[in-house]
Amino acid sequence: MRGSLLLRSMRSSFTNSTSSISTHLTRRGYGTESVPERKVAVLGAAGGIGQPLALLMKLNPLVSRLALYDIAGTPGVAADISHINSRSEVAGYMGEEQLGQALEGSDVVIIPAGVPRKPGMTRDDLFNINAGIVKSLCTAISKYCPNALVNMISNPVNSTVPIAAEVFKKAGTYDEKKLFGVTTLDVVRAKTFYAGKGKIPVADVNVPVVGGHAGITILPLFSQATPKSNLSDEEIVALTKRTQDGGTEVVEAKAGKGSATLSMAYAGAIFADACLKGLNGVSDVVECSFVQSSITELPFFASKVKLGKNGVEEVLGLGHLSDYERQGLELLIPELKASIEKGVKFANQN
Amino acid sequence: MQPTSEANQRIARISAHLHPPNFQMEESFSLRRENCRAKGAGPGFKVAILGAAGGIGQPLSMLMKMNPLVSVLHLYDVVNTPGVTADISHMDTGAVVRSFLGQKQLEDALSGVDLVIIPAGVPRKPGMTRDDLFNINAGIVRTLCEGIAKCCPRAIVNLISNPVNSTVPIAAEVFKKAGTYDPKRLLGVTMLDVVRANTFVAEVLGLDPRQVDVPVVGGHAGVTILPLLSQVKPPSTFTPQETDYLTARIQNGGTEVVEAKAGAGSATLSMAYAAVKFADACLRGLNGDQGVIECAFVDSQVTELPFFASKVRLGRNGAEEIFPLGPLNEYERAGLEKAKKELAESIQKGVSFIKK
Repeated sequence: MRGSLLLRSMRSSFTNSTSSISTHLTRRGYGTESVPERKVAVLGAAGGIGQPLALLMKLNPLVSRLALYDIAGTPGVAADISHINSRSEVAGYMGEEQLGQALEGSDVVIIPAGVPRKPGMTRDDLFNINAGIVKSLCTAISKYCPNALVNMISNPVNSTVPIAAEVFKKAGTYDEKKLFGVTTLDVVRAKTFYAGKGKIPVADVNVPVVGGHAGITILPLFSQATPKSNLSDEEIVALTKRTQDGGTEVVEAKAGKGSATLSMAYAGAIFADACLKGLNGVSDVVECSFVQSSITELPFFASKVKLGKNGVEEVLGLGHLSDYERQGLELLIPELKASIEKGVKFANQN
Repeated sequence: MQPTSEANQRIARISAHLHPPNFQMEESFSLRRENCRAKGAGPGFKVAILGAAGGIGQPLSMLMKMNPLVSVLHLYDVVNTPGVTADISHMDTGAVVRSFLGQKQLEDALSGVDLVIIPAGVPRKPGMTRDDLFNINAGIVRTLCEGIAKCCPRAIVNLISNPVNSTVPIAAEVFKKAGTYDPKRLLGVTMLDVVRANTFVAEVLGLDPRQVDVPVVGGHAGVTILPLLSQVKPPSTFTPQETDYLTARIQNGGTEVVEAKAGAGSATLSMAYAAVKFADACLRGLNGDQGVIECAFVDSQVTELPFFASKVRLGRNGAEEIFPLGPLNEYERAGLEKAKKELAESIQKGVSFIKK
């Protein structure tokens, strides 16, 4: 449902709006604008996910300033995107010396930075490179925009979110309501696969996905999917596996050329949009996300969360699980625990 | 959601009635392929993107997958489409996506398609003009248009491949040779010039870019791009310095990005956005929406040149009405003469490429 809300708000970017009631203003202040000013920073904006993500954020009318940061390539990406006739002002920042400026005043920071998987790799294989990247980016966030909502995309999310938390705790800026591992792509996949199998229009479908963001830690709750369908137990098992392996499916189809970029950008934009709506006081903004949580014995867990002016307003419970899902939950907990601990250990040792 | 999909179904049924396959034309080559809507797809249109795995093609494909007017999306390229398709197919929007790889699959990619968007080709590097791309891109466009003439001659064609000033005439010649040419259905995409004009003018005026509309006429390269600042909405005046600055910046917008990318390519993301904005307008026209007006480079009588960009009204048959340029001031009249001179040569270059 919220995917279509994003589409509707973006559609206004595509249709001509020459209802010009605006008076001539001397500077770019649009005094008639009743939508709050919001700055979004994308760290890793010149990458495979970062570029299409930056495009989608440029099209989002809730964004007033867009900062694009990367270690290379951002001047070109920013010049490109800045030509688009939508609301936000774009600025490109390149290299660590400019990271602070990129971050200052940000309301939402989206982090797709890092290297993607190649065929045969798990998300955990990326750990060594991406952990270091995430650590330094989060150190800067705690310095320059400690109150921002952080949307972590860099894999392995199950570990990079705990790393971020440790960095923020060390800096004394940690707010557990403002750190999110982005699991929206798992939800998007679950909905798409469920709709396809059940022959239901995907716009009508909702499926919660809980747990984590890798392999069996991804637990789609098809028993809670709406609308109901007549799928057999075998079909549910197949859908569960397909959702869990969705990322690998794309890595293999791309045969060494990368992992999901466009669908990840799309999902990342949906989640960032939800964060912005929450900040702006829109009610009933609910998305699945990997957050600090007490709904299981693990310190972090993905479930539905309600988003508001301070980030997470409420972590919603798992709801009723089928026997198959309860089994899945038991299986995922040890793996997720290990990934979380790996992240915490890395942050404390380095 | 229910009422909307019922309405869409009614519209799809009505459009199908008004948009029947042209049996007279197709008799010359036997009906090997059913010119019908894809089975299992909801109401909406079938769109093919030729060059879907490229720098423009990928974000373009992502945005078209998000468009509710698209029911089937065919992604064609000579490399990498399986990966791009697998990626995009996971997005939770209604369009069904299919991958087509290599020239052998071009015909299948085009079969039954309502709208073909062509970003295929190589981009500029610093120091190059769009014309420098001519030799490679001309051949690519010819091959793709031969496929279109064979497999979906009634499709609306949105041509992005540069140099547009030449590739559109190339396409026209290919379609004429095949006996399928419909000038209303061949459109060179100049939307990015309009997008840039709106952004740069808004900046100077201190306005929200969404509220500015600048007509841009002529062609799609350097001085052939002619922004009509005297016709800006909301009505505004510009100093001579502002006029010079804006005209130059709009004309060189593409070069601005090529240089900022320092060899890594030309505009991809803004081009994808502009292309989708224009494709969406074409689909709304096909859908029967009224008053859909955008600038496009088309077969035109607005000047003595065979092709020219100006505002066109998009409808069920493509560019159904071409609007004249309207009143031009002296600066613009001078610009028009300059534009026409260069444009005439580019058009001729395209025509000659096929005719020789």
